[in-house]
Amino acid sequence: MTKNIGSARPRDDVRLLLDGRGTYLDDVPVTGALHVAFLRSPHAHADIAKIATAAAAALPGVVRVVTASDLAAICHGWGSSQTFPGLVERRQTALAATRAVYQGQPVAAVAAETRAIAEDGVEAIEVDWRPLPEMAALDHALEPGAAPAHGDLASNLAYSGTIGANIDPAIWKEAAHVLEESFIFHRVTGVPLETRGVVASYLPADGSLTVYQSHTAPHQLRSLYAMHLGLDEGRIHVVTPQVGGSFGVKIHLYPDEIATCAIARLIGRPVKFIADRLESFTADIHAREQRVRARVALGADGRFLAWQVDCLLGMGAFSTHPGSSVQEGDETVRLAATPYRVDAFAGRVDVAFQNKTIVGQYRGVGHPMASAVTEYMVDRSAEALGVLPEELRRRNYVPDDAYPTTSASGLPLDALSHRKCLDEILRLMDMPALRLAQAAFRAKGVYRGIGLSAFIERTATNVPVNAHVRKATAQDGVTLHIDPSGSVRAAITVTEQGQGTHTAIAQVIADALGVPFERVTVISGDSAATPYGSGIRASRGAPVGGELALKAGRALRRNVLAAAATLLQVAPDDLTLDNGTILRRGGGRGVRLDELAEAVHFRPQLFQHGAQPNLSVAMHFGHDWPTLVPTNGIQASYLEVDARTGMVRLLHHWAVDDFGTLINPLLAAEQVRGGIAQGIGQALYEELLYSEDGQLTNATLADYLLPKASDLPDITVGHVETPWPHSELGAKGAGEAGTTGALGAVLTAVNDALRPLGAKITEMPMTPERILRALGKI
Amino acid sequence: MKPRPFKLIRVDSAEGASEALARHGEEARILAGGQSLVPMMNFRVAAPAVLVDINACTGLGGITRTGDIIRLGALTRHRETATSTLVADALPLLAMAMPHVGHLAICNRGTFGGSLAHADPAAELPACALLLDGSVVIGSLRGERRVAAADFFRGLYTTAIEPDELLLAVEFQARRPNAVFAFHELARRHGDFALAGIAASAIRVGEMLGDIAFVGFGIADRPVLLPSVARLAAGALPRLPQIAALKEALAADVEILPDNQQSPAMKAHIVAELILDALGQLSRKGTA
Repeated sequence: MTKNIGSARPRDDVRLLLDGRGTYLDDVPVTGALHVAFLRSPHAHADIAKIATAAAAALPGVVRVVTASDLAAICHGWGSSQTFPGLVERRQTALAATRAVYQGQPVAAVAAETRAIAEDGVEAIEVDWRPLPEMAALDHALEPGAAPAHGDLASNLAYSGTIGANIDPAIWKEAAHVLEESFIFHRVTGVPLETRGVVASYLPADGSLTVYQSHTAPHQLRSLYAMHLGLDEGRIHVVTPQVGGSFGVKIHLYPDEIATCAIARLIGRPVKFIADRLESFTADIHAREQRVRARVALGADGRFLAWQVDCLLGMGAFSTHPGSSVQEGDETVRLAATPYRVDAFAGRVDVAFQNKTIVGQYRGVGHPMASAVTEYMVDRSAEALGVLPEELRRRNYVPDDAYPTTSASGLPLDALSHRKCLDEILRLMDMPALRLAQAAFRAKGVYRGIGLSAFIERTATNVPVNAHVRKATAQDGVTLHIDPSGSVRAAITVTEQGQGTHTAIAQVIADALGVPFERVTVISGDSAATPYGSGIRASRGAPVGGELALKAGRALRRNVLAAAATLLQVAPDDLTLDNGTILRRGGGRGVRLDELAEAVHFRPQLFQHGAQPNLSVAMHFGHDWPTLVPTNGIQASYLEVDARTGMVRLLHHWAVDDFGTLINPLLAAEQVRGGIAQGIGQALYEELLYSEDGQLTNATLADYLLPKASDLPDITVGHVETPWPHSELGAKGAGEAGTTGALGAVLTAVNDALRPLGAKITEMPMTPERILRALGKI
Repeated sequence: MKPRPFKLIRVDSAEGASEALARHGEEARILAGGQSLVPMMNFRVAAPAVLVDINACTGLGGITRTGDIIRLGALTRHRETATSTLVADALPLLAMAMPHVGHLAICNRGTFGGSLAHADPAAELPACALLLDGSVVIGSLRGERRVAAADFFRGLYTTAIEPDELLLAVEFQARRPNAVFAFHELARRHGDFALAGIAASAIRVGEMLGDIAFVGFGIADRPVLLPSVARLAAGALPRLPQIAALKEALAADVEILPDNQQSPAMKAHIVAELILDALGQLSRKGTA
């Protein structure tokens, strides 16, 4: 039996992309497209008294200048998803009409023959701005007297929710130790190398809209555009061509994207909008801006008697569309302490409006902060008890054989493996030797730190859990077809953004059907070519798309064997299909799949004794699993802090993850490594710097510090496989685990390094300046 | 991120460039490596009506030695400076600084003259030019003049170059016998502009250091000489001065400005630490 599932294959599109032959959004050929550029609010908060567009409209090459009033009849705007009931409702429009509430909000658009002319047009628009007091800094957002981010609201509190149960106050009094800490997480963004973009074409002749967009979910876009533009969904065609990274940035729908499609409808010509890097920084979703307070009651025996975790999330001026900005704060609290047995848990999420860019779902959504806060507190607990950090973890983990269970925060959890992952990472690290080396360096005045960060992730959004997110998660679908050469073409709803979805799906189909990997071609990202269904978000490609592919491959295999049985005059059960050849179980002549396919397509009369053979299947899957698919893992960081300069040198990083059945260990490891780079970015480098008046001051790749390859350590990746018991394939989501574990691993390692110096740091990114302040050097 | 419309004039000689500058004056900017100017134009922070492209000019590039004078033409690419044996022998400070200048792609295009004319306060080469007392050769239709580096840098992105003038070359005295140098900077990521840096020189005879000089960069609106720091260091020798005393001396020499990531206190601390590194390197035997 040929085995593709579990084999480490490189992505099948790597050569194409390295040859420069990929088709990204800007490569899509569109005849006669106009370029759209946006006038974006330079103010965090200001009334728009008047917009004068005549000078812009008069520029040679400018075709149309568009403001909110031009779009009002086409596109009515949208409200906030009530995924989290009680979120204060704020309506948005594609272009701001009378007031801008964050810097970068689109206010007007210019459609012109070239992007340069469109930008000239934007410069020529005159806006009479009436600046208003702005609310940017999160720390004071909810204080009485704080400037309102929306003038008609009395408070900036957008949402407040509690998680868990009240904790008996006596627990805090009776605990052997009570540990308390505050954490500051600053804003970051996803920075896909290919920026967002849309090419939209509306044909007045038949009312059809064709949209090419750098996005992860073509069918969702189709439904949303039908809703926003009042068009017949059946006449909308959406293609997501090759996508150069998403990291969550491209699962949302943005005002500038809706405006671009509305402009296409307004002027009846194809239009193209590609965000430049400056726009990406100011208008892509931001993430992670949180203040978290954690309080832990610890028994003398090391038991966690109670955890209280409260989060204040700054969500910007609106809730993201079509999801909800609240999610990041909610996940931070809900996932805190989940790897551990906790007697009592209480949490609270407050979400504040700000005159800042909208916060959305960036790789890991809340999970990195949950892990970082939890693991920092576990380290402090171990210190208070005088035990090794790994020992306290082992003692307090929910045992691997105790699942299924429900966390103290109320999450259903199943098939996790904290102890196995801990054992594996300690083995990979050779922890005893590492600690000896650390001690030797400390004796020489060199401060090295070792940090561990365990986590639980929730992956694979599905219909029952996320039905309230408008059109975000649908039943998934795939069609499989065998052509006369015996090649298999799969058209599936889960999409590809560079992570290798297509390769993994092809591996599953190859095994389920019984053909060589090379015979399977996977396409996705075209609403006219694939069944309706969800795209990619929340690490769902392998667990959901893989399960669907498995079911469809097996169904097609039954069809193939039935056809072959008719041809060979035997019972289907007497046949096997492996590596593209159908064989009789008892021996004797079989038939190759390509011979069979040739016969089916060109000589259907051979099959007169039975029903006509069917070398296609369409399969749909909206799973009924009891929960999102939880995964777990642990990461470790080994680093050196220069106590003179505050600089951190990363020496090595380890990750051990339980992704259930591994479809492709190479691609899983790539996902982990890329995610770790982003987690390290949040830990040490990345921060969107806002001035007090709400101006983003580092919106370039020179000033927003992404870690580069040369800044990153070698990363050792290990795996534990506990299959997801509710699916046949057993795969779990792998896309975000790297980002989730890295923040806490670096946080705990830096603090381990600082411990002999009597210093601690809980503000991220841990910049040299913050570390020097923690050390009292400045 | 597209520049405003501009007129591009390609010239093939310094005279041609001077004529274009004389004609267009303040509306014109020189395009050399373009590694700072072009991004600023794309952001529309800079919007010159005319760009005078000097990349095809003959006689503006190259590193030459005449007696004790080393001349770096304005168009000398960073890569050439970084790999020049002449620079390594006669201007060891520049050789120490070059590995910190930009990324490889930037070094292939960026020029010595461009870096000085752009006058980014966090750039390495202006600091070196100041410490080495370089002479900046400037030309125009009015003739040629020389400006000492100490008079050349006038403030943030501001130099002594007049609108009709072109930076032609920079000249340095070759290293004196017993001269030793040190160059240290701290950048968050390799190749980034430094959050602060120090260039240092001294005369070393046996174990003794004399004539110590420091230039700090990335801390004010231009590279700055630090005479109080140098006096403090000289007085402390052979021991190293205390960090607190260095910060005091530094405060006497310069009012440190923040950037959008670092406070003045942070920069002062880093400069003090870098001065200690520099003194250590100057004192070490076998150092260039």
